[in-house]
Amino acid sequence: MGYTISEKIFREHCAGKNVRAGDFVWARIDLALGNDVTAPIAIEQFRKIGVKHVFDKNKVVLVPDHFTPAKDIKSATQAKILRDFAKSEKIKHYYEIGRMGIEHALLPELGLVEPGQLIIGADSHTCTYGALGAFATGVGSTDLAAGWATGFCWFKIPQTFKFIYKGRLKEWVSGKDLILFTIGKIGVDGALYRAMEFTGPVIKKLGMDERFTMSNMAIEAGGKAGLIYPDEIAFEYIEKHSGKNKVKKLAKQVKAKWASYKSDPDAAFEKVIEIDVSDIEPQVALPHLPSNAYPVSKLPNIKIEQVVIGSCTNGRISDLRVAAKILKGRKVHPDVRCIIFPATQKIYLEAMREGLLEIFVTANAAVSTPTCGPCLGGHMGILAKGERALATTNRNFVGRMGHPESEVYLSGPAVAAASAVAGKIVHPQKIG
Amino acid sequence: MKFKGKAWKFEHNINTDEIIAARYLNTFDAKELGAHCLEDVDKDFSKNIACGDIIVAGKNFGCGSSREHAPIAIKGCGISCVIAESYARIFYRNAVNIGLPIFVSKEAWRKIGKRDLIEVDAEAGVIYNLARKQEYKTEKFPHFMQEIIEAGGLLAWIKKKGKKR
Repeated sequence: MGYTISEKIFREHCAGKNVRAGDFVWARIDLALGNDVTAPIAIEQFRKIGVKHVFDKNKVVLVPDHFTPAKDIKSATQAKILRDFAKSEKIKHYYEIGRMGIEHALLPELGLVEPGQLIIGADSHTCTYGALGAFATGVGSTDLAAGWATGFCWFKIPQTFKFIYKGRLKEWVSGKDLILFTIGKIGVDGALYRAMEFTGPVIKKLGMDERFTMSNMAIEAGGKAGLIYPDEIAFEYIEKHSGKNKVKKLAKQVKAKWASYKSDPDAAFEKVIEIDVSDIEPQVALPHLPSNAYPVSKLPNIKIEQVVIGSCTNGRISDLRVAAKILKGRKVHPDVRCIIFPATQKIYLEAMREGLLEIFVTANAAVSTPTCGPCLGGHMGILAKGERALATTNRNFVGRMGHPESEVYLSGPAVAAASAVAGKIVHPQKIG
Repeated sequence: MKFKGKAWKFEHNINTDEIIAARYLNTFDAKELGAHCLEDVDKDFSKNIACGDIIVAGKNFGCGSSREHAPIAIKGCGISCVIAESYARIFYRNAVNIGLPIFVSKEAWRKIGKRDLIEVDAEAGVIYNLARKQEYKTEKFPHFMQEIIEAGGLLAWIKKKGKKR
């Protein structure tokens, strides 16, 4: 019987042992990531273990991105714990304000993620890197501390749900709509403990940014990983991002090796789910679960006070291009605050060079430095009681963006930008 | 190990934002986090519970973010253990790793009433509902996880394993 991508990656990280879904393993890790919320606990736990240093100073990644630029004294103290640890441990991949980005946009952009890697991150959206064929999953701070100390982590190798996307995408429908639709279909625990594998002709044609968006939200269905087979589109992305600002051609053998991280045709999938995308409209997830997904045209008149475009889910350059296409020559509705967050410094610069920032500012949108801020109700766009936001982020739980009696609706960047103009949630086709 | 306390019932899909809202994540002090545990679902939860009380929840408890602050807050407010129909995976491993006792039982959530007095016998794998004179079985942990639980959490387990790896 063949192997799934997950089984292949775990085999290589368990000294070649013939491991299978369901096995508990103590596996070697390639990267271990923490941020200003989760790493301070990990650092405290790490010190209790009694080892002198981290297992490999080149494989630890620290990004202060949640409450930064520091929103208050406590947050500044947390970020400082990170900074001091990075210095004392000589951590290579520590990214300070002005150089950083939202971690899950930043790591692939820096060329740190490669197909076949096993990555843990003390952040649930670590599953984003599955879009490049890495097995990447969120863990807690104690797991991260153990990973830093030993270079290993314990896992239960997951069963795999294979999703096959077929058909033709409608205009304005993006990776975000596909994943919201999928979560709506299977529920917020529909893929609990499972690896989700996104395949089919639609995925084959999807650009890297949209693939990242899909893998990013695997966790919202309870998934452990959101994997996409690494193909030419992935290789091209890596070539563009692995050499410092210049294209670095991959050797044939490297590509061949990476292309082997594909589930075998006779691999054991626990479930195979086919989705015809032809009838899928842009989706909106209503409060308070990402699975409350509806086609935008089926919604009643829903007025909004805030629109957030950004996050590890949808703050990449192609997301900003979609938003700019809609906002160009238009104005944000007078009752709406529209805040746009390029996910990294590099994306910010690209958006500036392409003239997107000018379009946003002219449209009366605010443009912010990279931060996770509003997505988790940290800072930079908190909602008051009774307020309603439409966001391209990933969660719409109770109180997620502020007051427990505020509401978050989720969508892709096209619906978000169009709704910012309309002052209510609308299909991009609806704005004149 | 035995746990005895009143049952505090919660629905399906209680997420980590509800267990501890992000506005409190600028600290990891257990007492401070505990004071805000589950407040967006039940405003005075941490004030009303007694030390040793038990959370009884539906499926997918702890879904959402990876914040270890969630099990820390539950421990910090004095809850002795959690019983749920199922857990989201990161919360599940976090609880095991930091030594917050958690139990899986499909029956318990459906049958236990608000504030019922409950006793859990971890070794025997039985939940006693003292108020209704009922018993429910807890699901066994996989052997690997039982080792971590018995060691007292992941850090202790690693130290114990030591150079055996």
